[in-house]
Amino acid sequence: MSDRLLVGTKKGLFELRRSQGTWSIAATHFLGDPISMLLADPRDGALYAAEALGHFGVKLQRSRDGGESWQEMPAPAFPKSDTNGLTVSYLFCLETAGADRSGWLWCGTIPGGLFLSKDNGESWTVNQALLDLPERKDWMGGGFDHAGVASICVDPRNSAQITIGVSTGGVWRSDDDGTSWRAASEGMYADYYPPPRNHAPEVQDIHRLVQCPAAPDSLWAQHHNGVFRSTDGARTWQEVTTIRPAKFGFAVAVHPHDPDTAWFVPGVKDECRLPVDARLAVARTHDGARSFEVLTKGLPQQHAYDLVYRHALSIDATGTRLAMGSTTGHLWVTEDGGDSWTMVAGHMPPISCVRFG
Amino acid sequence: MARVAFTANLQRHIDCPLQTASGQSVRAVLEHVFAVQPRLRSYILDDQDRVRKHVAIYLNGERIVDREHLSDLVGDDDELFVFQALSGG
Repeated sequence: MSDRLLVGTKKGLFELRRSQGTWSIAATHFLGDPISMLLADPRDGALYAAEALGHFGVKLQRSRDGGESWQEMPAPAFPKSDTNGLTVSYLFCLETAGADRSGWLWCGTIPGGLFLSKDNGESWTVNQALLDLPERKDWMGGGFDHAGVASICVDPRNSAQITIGVSTGGVWRSDDDGTSWRAASEGMYADYYPPPRNHAPEVQDIHRLVQCPAAPDSLWAQHHNGVFRSTDGARTWQEVTTIRPAKFGFAVAVHPHDPDTAWFVPGVKDECRLPVDARLAVARTHDGARSFEVLTKGLPQQHAYDLVYRHALSIDATGTRLAMGSTTGHLWVTEDGGDSWTMVAGHMPPISCVRFG
Repeated sequence: MARVAFTANLQRHIDCPLQTASGQSVRAVLEHVFAVQPRLRSYILDDQDRVRKHVAIYLNGERIVDREHLSDLVGDDDELFVFQALSGG
C-alpha cells in the first residue's frame, strides 16, 4: 500500500503520510499557489507538480529528493504561430508513458493539446497529429474557456497504445505512440448537443477516463451526461444506466486488478453540481455496472455541498485504499474499498487533484 | 540603458531584481533581460511571445500600447515596470 498521498489544491501542495494507522499532513509545498496536477513517477521516484499561476502562467516543478527540494522545469508550450497562436493555460493531466519508456512523460493541456517529454520533463514537444485533427475545430470548453485533454491512458501491454479523453472533444486512440489518432467514442452520445451531431466523437465531453491496468481493454468514462463503459479497448461504449444516486459527476476510479469494480462520486446534475440531497456518497460497482452500491459510511449526510473534481479521486495499487478531496477542502481516505471513509483533513483549500505515490 | 523593475509578487517565484538593460523597444529591452535570466520569459510572455493576459507592463508610468509585438519605443532614461494585473482569489 502507498503511505504517501499528494494533494493539489487552489493554494498549495499538501503531502500526507500514514503513520500508525493515521493520516496527517507531513509537509506543504508552494503554499499560496494553485496546483493543477501531480505525478509520482514510480520508475525513478521523481515527483512532479503542475502550477497554474494566475498571472504568470503554467509552471512545472520536479523533485528528485522526495519533495525536499524542487526545480522548475520548462512547461509545455504551444509552437509559435503567425496567426492566433495558442497558449497553454492549464496543465490538466500528467502521466508516465510506460514502464519501457524510460523518462517519457505525457502531459495533457488546456487548450486541448498533448505534449511528450522524453527527458523527464526537461523539454516538451507538442503532438502535432492531435493538433492537426480536423475534428479539433469543434472541440469546446467544458467548464473552462477551451477544451482540455483531461485523461491519458497508456496501455500497460503496449506503451504505444494511448487512449485520451478530451473535455469536450471525445475519446481518441493511438496505436503508434501518438503518430496518428482515431476516434474511439462509438456508442457515446451527448444529450446537451443538438441532433444529429450528438453522436459525433468530437462533441463528447469526457470528464474522466480510466483504464484497468490488469485488463486494459476495460475502460470507464464519466461523461458529462452519464457513465459509459468499454470492454473492447474503447472500440465501442455502452451506457451505464444502473448508477445511483445520480449519473452526473466528474471522477471515476477503476480497481487495478478487477475491471468490473469501479467508483464514482455522483452529483445532482449538470446545472446543480452538488451531492444529491446534500448527502455525499460514492457509487461503487463490483459487477461491471450490473448493480451499484451507494457508500456513505463516514461521509457527511447533512448539508454537504462537496463536489469532487475529476482528478480528485485516487486509488492505490492494492485497490482497497482510495482517497478523495472536495471543492470544499475536505479530504477522505478509505482503507476498505469504500465501505467506510475517514476524513483526514477538513480545512484545506479547494482540492483539484489527489494522488497516491 | 532603461531601468527595469518587477513586482514583488513575481520575485516570490523567480529572482528578478531591479536592473538596467539596453534596447530601443520594450521587446528589445526585455530580450536583454531574458538573456541573463531565461526562465523569466515564460512568467511575462505567453507561448506566442505576447504579454501574458494578466501581466501589465508600464513605461514611464503609462501602460504600454503594443502588448503583442512590444514595439513601444524606449529611451535611455526610461523606466519599465512589470507587475500583475490585480485580481482576487
